[in-house]
Amino acid sequence: MKILISNASPDPIYEQISKQIKNQIIAGDLNEGDPLPSIRKLAQELQISVITTKRAYEQLVSEGFIDTVGGKGCFVAMQNKELLREKRMKTVEEMLSEAVSEAKKLGIHLNELREMLELLYHEDE
Amino acid sequence: MANVIEIENLSKEYDDFFLDNVSFVLPEGFIMGLIGPNGAGKTTIIKLIMNLILRKSGTIKLFGLDNREHEVEVKSRIGFVYDNPNYYEHLNLKQIKNIIAPFYPTWDEAEFKRLVEKFNLPMKKILKKFSRGMVMKAAIAIALSHHADLILMDEPTSGLDPVFRRELLDLLYQLLQDEKKSILFSTHITSDLERIADYVTLIINGKIIFSRNKDEVLENYALVKGGNDLLNAETRKLFTGIRRNEYGFEAITSNLQETKKQFGDQLVYDKASLEDIMYHANLRENHV
Repeated sequence: MKILISNASPDPIYEQISKQIKNQIIAGDLNEGDPLPSIRKLAQELQISVITTKRAYEQLVSEGFIDTVGGKGCFVAMQNKELLREKRMKTVEEMLSEAVSEAKKLGIHLNELREMLELLYHEDE
Repeated sequence: MANVIEIENLSKEYDDFFLDNVSFVLPEGFIMGLIGPNGAGKTTIIKLIMNLILRKSGTIKLFGLDNREHEVEVKSRIGFVYDNPNYYEHLNLKQIKNIIAPFYPTWDEAEFKRLVEKFNLPMKKILKKFSRGMVMKAAIAIALSHHADLILMDEPTSGLDPVFRRELLDLLYQLLQDEKKSILFSTHITSDLERIADYVTLIINGKIIFSRNKDEVLENYALVKGGNDLLNAETRKLFTGIRRNEYGFEAITSNLQETKKQFGDQLVYDKASLEDIMYHANLRENHV
């Protein structure tokens, strides 16, 4: 597991943590059943407060990415592959819609945008 | 979740200082920073918790017990680090340890030895010849050697270099691995607490400005800057500790969302550090 915290980031620290753990679960770097460090251990390692770490974990629990097993700690939850795919699709959609609205501001035509997309899509083939 | 410290309506009067109806709680397993400028009342609160001075009114409960009725019992569970440890200067650490250890039924000689080694403290040098950092380390080693459940530290980092201050934080993190241990840490060097503190209590002129979850404070407070034309009786209510100069003003808002709603991009918003908040809150308390 890798977590890097930036003080310059506009995102609050708890969100930086939950986002990074989430991305590692989605990317398959963290697998179902993998144990996560205890809240207090992670706070010590990252030199942040226990409450901040707790909040990051609580968010991951509420979004179904991790489970808390009483007395044993936190583990990567069983992931619903369909659901994960859907979540990631939604992210793609959001990013695309951002690109579209930016393009509209600049007066870029749909055809032009399509060309850009195709170029980008085939870039690393 | 139990509270380790519960202070209610605590007051204390000196000729030139008034601790005014102070209340706050510290839940078990967390660390609270007690911050404020010099002379705000931080040490007075800590002395009252230790029952070293008489109060005017109010109650203090430690581990759920009244700190005066159960004085011996609660004190044996506290590790106390005072900002200017008055150890006998002509004694060495070994002699001092021999005086202090018998007072604590839970004294752990092995733990004391471990800490002394870790801190590189000489056992046979008289304390007069210790540097300030060494005296502080000795006080911390003693405070941590009787398995205290609550560590009370009054300005443990003042006058110490950043290297030692980081080491102390590492030590506090180690301590907090045990979720039964709690820490109250007073300081005017707020950067020490910016990361580690779970709760922050700000005190100015003997009054509590706030006592809350640090993350909430840092999310709701912001440093704002804007043109002087934005200042009027109405808008002043949103700003704390306004510092004007010829070209604009700087202040703190405790309600970032509301301020953004009202002013949008007429203002510049920066993250507020605990130091910014303390500085501007102090401006308001002393100039309005």
